[in-house]
Amino acid sequence: MKEYRTYLIVWASLVVLTGLTMGVSYLRLGVGNAIVALAIASAKAALVGLYFMHLRRESALVRAFALAPLLFLALIIFGTLSDTLFRK
Amino acid sequence: MADGISGASGTGRGYLAETGLRSWAFSLDHKRIGVMYLYTTMFFFLVGGLFAELLRLKLMTPGPGFVSDKTYNVFFTLHGALMIFLFIIPAIPSALGNFFIPMMVGAHDVAFPRLNLAGYWIFLAGIVVVIASLVRPMDTGWTFYTPYSAKSGAAVTLLSFGLFLVGMSSILTGLNFIITIHTQRAPGMTWSRMPLFIWGMYATSVIQVLATPVIGMTFILLAAERLFGVGFFDPAKGGDPLLFQHFFWFYSHPVVYVMILPAMGIISEIIPVFSRKPIFGYKAIAYSSMAIALAGFLVWGHHMFVSGMSSVAAVIFSLLTFSVAVPTGVKVFNWIATLYRGSISFESPMLYALMFIFLFIIGGLTGPFLGSLGTNVQLHDTYFVVAHFHYTMMGGTVMGWLAGLHYWFPKMTGRMLSEKLARRAAVLILIGFNVTFFTMFILGYKGMPRRWAEYPVQYQTMHIIATVGSWVLAAGIIVMVWNFTRSLYRGEAAPGNPWGALTLEWQTASPPPVENFEVIPTVTEWPYSFGRKGAGDA
Repeated sequence: MKEYRTYLIVWASLVVLTGLTMGVSYLRLGVGNAIVALAIASAKAALVGLYFMHLRRESALVRAFALAPLLFLALIIFGTLSDTLFRK
Repeated sequence: MADGISGASGTGRGYLAETGLRSWAFSLDHKRIGVMYLYTTMFFFLVGGLFAELLRLKLMTPGPGFVSDKTYNVFFTLHGALMIFLFIIPAIPSALGNFFIPMMVGAHDVAFPRLNLAGYWIFLAGIVVVIASLVRPMDTGWTFYTPYSAKSGAAVTLLSFGLFLVGMSSILTGLNFIITIHTQRAPGMTWSRMPLFIWGMYATSVIQVLATPVIGMTFILLAAERLFGVGFFDPAKGGDPLLFQHFFWFYSHPVVYVMILPAMGIISEIIPVFSRKPIFGYKAIAYSSMAIALAGFLVWGHHMFVSGMSSVAAVIFSLLTFSVAVPTGVKVFNWIATLYRGSISFESPMLYALMFIFLFIIGGLTGPFLGSLGTNVQLHDTYFVVAHFHYTMMGGTVMGWLAGLHYWFPKMTGRMLSEKLARRAAVLILIGFNVTFFTMFILGYKGMPRRWAEYPVQYQTMHIIATVGSWVLAAGIIVMVWNFTRSLYRGEAAPGNPWGALTLEWQTASPPPVENFEVIPTVTEWPYSFGRKGAGDA
């Protein structure tokens, strides 16, 4: 029963965060809009990973393997940006 | 090296005992699945080779020759795409890896046998789709660069789907290997007692799992571009054609190491066995495999120096490119140090291993010419590039693959190869290879562009030399295939351990029984302790 309560809380938090993303999009923050939206999205992804995908209870090795693709995603974004940002 | 196993030398049929199509098609035995991959990839090696011969024949004359320019485009596209996607990427990992990883770590099978079989069938489904897509001739080259691939009349969408399936099979295989290596090792086999082939395959699997999704995604974007005109790669719609190249090479450069790392693993197995010496610098070789895998992800931009990439990015990628040379150099020096004062015997696996080192050094040393920005601009898209990657890919990977096939043939089939034929084939291949591809270095340096169907007449002599070389090379391959076929039926019966190697796969019968080992062995020492019994781990 306690299991389900945790899942329900996480689900509710995800809904709240989605609402927050929508709300923030009405504010005029300039570049800040993208940053806030990405931060909220990351928090949601972390919640899903930790609770629904049970990474919270996994060994350090499994967590490392789960995080590795994120590093590679960062790498491809960084590499591509190093090109597009400096193109004349 | 191991306790708990008898010096088996059976003449039984082992895992080959069962016969009939069903016993192969639905087998969960990693050895049978490996053999199926072997036959499939070898078939495409021969088909790809046939296209190579055709396009070399076309290039003997500077003018139109015996086929139209359009047909010539089809030849080189098919040669490249078949060789890369259906032969060289899956050849060593899927065929030899499947067969030998569980045996070398002392397991009964891979961690997920059903997933393994599914991987093979997905691979085959991918091949069927790829072949179906070739009804309309493919003319984009194997790289499918946009904008041409977004507009070409060929069935690029269907081909992308086929390669998407092949990629999916590659991911499943890699995943299975990582988990097998983590969880199925025999008692006593610590990470520092693993055979170096396993280290090479581990690094390879990491690349397969991390990079292949990117090419799958890129193919989906390309299909969306063609079918719905989305405009990811179309500047008129706010897209960027270079984005395609970034995505394409983010996969395709690391995949160069999927091709070469397993071959390096095979060489690291063969050199100590045929030198009768402990391998020099075990840990350096093991870690350099991981270092190459990681560095391989940082250097993709060096394929795009003259594509219109920003000069800042070009400088960064050029600098990073040189970093790959360090771990590669570590490996080559360690192999040579292992040979030094060894008791070397020149059986056919060793011949191919030495050919690997010789040809791969030439391929490796011509890399910096292309990685440096200044010379790259001169040599880009010339035959120099063609020569460079054939020296690394064919001189490296294919020689490593052949070394592995000759080394493990007795284990896989229970028969010995004819040494005489193997040597003749090796000599023909070595001569043919160098005549064909060394000529291309000169051609490229003089400015002959790659992929051109017609060319200025001053290049003709070199083209003729290269074509004649390709005939010698083909003759060598034919002798080799004849040797395999003949020995399969009429070769001498192989003992369990014909080369006196210490790794686990040799400590069971040839061919191995279905479950590999009667009793799972306990490992007490590292696998390269030649001539110093009880010397312990490195």
